[in-house]
Amino acid sequence: MFITRVLKPVVFVASLGPVAWLIWAGLTGNLSANPLSDLTNETGVWTLRFLCAALAITPLRRLTGWNPLIKFRRMAGLFAFFYGTLHFLTYVIADRFAGLDFPNGIVAWTTVQNLARAVGEDIYKRPFITVGFTAWSTMVPLAATSTAGMIRRLGGKKWNQLHRLVYATACLGVLHYWWLVKADVRRPYTYGAVVATVLLLRLYRSRARVAAPALAR
Amino acid sequence: MLIKRPADIKSSEITDKKLYVNRREFIQAATGTAVAAAATGILGSEAILGASTPAPHGRKLEGVKKSTFSTDEKPNKWEDITTYNNYYEFGTDKDEPSQLARNFKTTPWTVTVDGECAKKGAMNLEDVLKGKTLEERIYRHRCVERWSMIIPWIGFPLSDFIKQCEPTSKAKYIEFTTLGDSKQMPGLRSPVLRWPYVEGLRLDEAMHPLTILVVGLYGEVLPNQDGAPLRLAVPWKYGFKHIKSIVKVRFVEKQPLNTWQDQAANEYGFYANVNPAVDHPRWSQATERRIGEFLMRKTLMFNGYGDQVASLYTGLDLRRNY
Repeated sequence: MFITRVLKPVVFVASLGPVAWLIWAGLTGNLSANPLSDLTNETGVWTLRFLCAALAITPLRRLTGWNPLIKFRRMAGLFAFFYGTLHFLTYVIADRFAGLDFPNGIVAWTTVQNLARAVGEDIYKRPFITVGFTAWSTMVPLAATSTAGMIRRLGGKKWNQLHRLVYATACLGVLHYWWLVKADVRRPYTYGAVVATVLLLRLYRSRARVAAPALAR
Repeated sequence: MLIKRPADIKSSEITDKKLYVNRREFIQAATGTAVAAAATGILGSEAILGASTPAPHGRKLEGVKKSTFSTDEKPNKWEDITTYNNYYEFGTDKDEPSQLARNFKTTPWTVTVDGECAKKGAMNLEDVLKGKTLEERIYRHRCVERWSMIIPWIGFPLSDFIKQCEPTSKAKYIEFTTLGDSKQMPGLRSPVLRWPYVEGLRLDEAMHPLTILVVGLYGEVLPNQDGAPLRLAVPWKYGFKHIKSIVKVRFVEKQPLNTWQDQAANEYGFYANVNPAVDHPRWSQATERRIGEFLMRKTLMFNGYGDQVASLYTGLDLRRNY
């Protein structure tokens, strides 16, 4: 009761903190001299943080034995998708839209066409954008099948298999960040280390499970 | 030009620290033992956005002349120019130099002249400045990262300094070195780049009247985060060519290996001329965001200084010599 009635809403509101802060700071001029780049960077970094949190829940639950942790996994995953979508939208607006020509004015069909082309070309041409976009895309089916109804409809086993896609999301996300930075790779490496740790913990466990029957004999 | 003095620290800037702590608490609550340590590591290593402070205003520089090389575009604000800096010696976040360079010691300052020239040796900054006429040069400044500013530099032609050093006929290039003092420059403690920072120019580029040594900004002594007390400005080249806090000048026969080329030669070259037609491998250079604007501008060839400098590069393949 305490968890669903109190802790979950608190975590939910806290997870909206970063975006609330970004909006507030953006409106009051408390971001840097290049606020659009801050919005893009920060939403991207928060996507990675929520991905790490979502991936850390299962190993942590096993380590600590505190099972209610599982109740936060979906929320963490959906917030990763939420921040990832904001990240993608800031890129589309602040980077692609803002860089367009507007031969027929801003409100025109050509604007839509040019924007679609500018986004598509960039995704095709720039590997780090390709990787980032792919990472975001892998979250779409996961978010779409996150409801209890969808879990039932797919069946637990199929659902689990599909949701392993999040491992790819996290790896691609780290790669995207790593390719983006100019020289200081310390932060991408830190996220990489976190993702590697939680994935290795899973691998270790699945190995142990395969080995277990043999030992029992 | 009258500059409004900014408040020391806005109260609004303090509140986001609270949020930062909240976030940290949340993460610590939501995760647990082993991974929590890593997660705090992530949060702890990242600077809080918006915590930058504009530079305090410095001594007014006397006898500054206007220059016909200045653009009539509207200069960016003092706050922008002194809080949004790429100066890795003071951290890789743009707001870090404004905080970590605050106590950087720029007096006394010595510049050592060496290499293929007659007048070698150490010079005080005062001697470097002796007999020079300071000019205000309002230049377009284009960073390789696709942002740009209009900056009212105060400085003097580099050629005036070069003539004073009497380079020999063997001097084909000029090489500059930034101070590499890890006691004062916390960024040097991590091997992000190979320190100290090195940049270079072909001698004819260095002698070009647009190339200046900068000692001031907005009529005042140059703030520490902008490369005090002596930095370079070469307005038709990307920002990373504009080496800061120069302690060494060397005249050389061979093309120097500049730091960013050393870091990633496929991305950053020696010339680094602003060129909308030659993309950075990871992004297009065709457009740029002028700080303070939403819609991007078209990047101009040689950053709009083509009439003055294009002749330096006749016969040079700019696609290969990026």
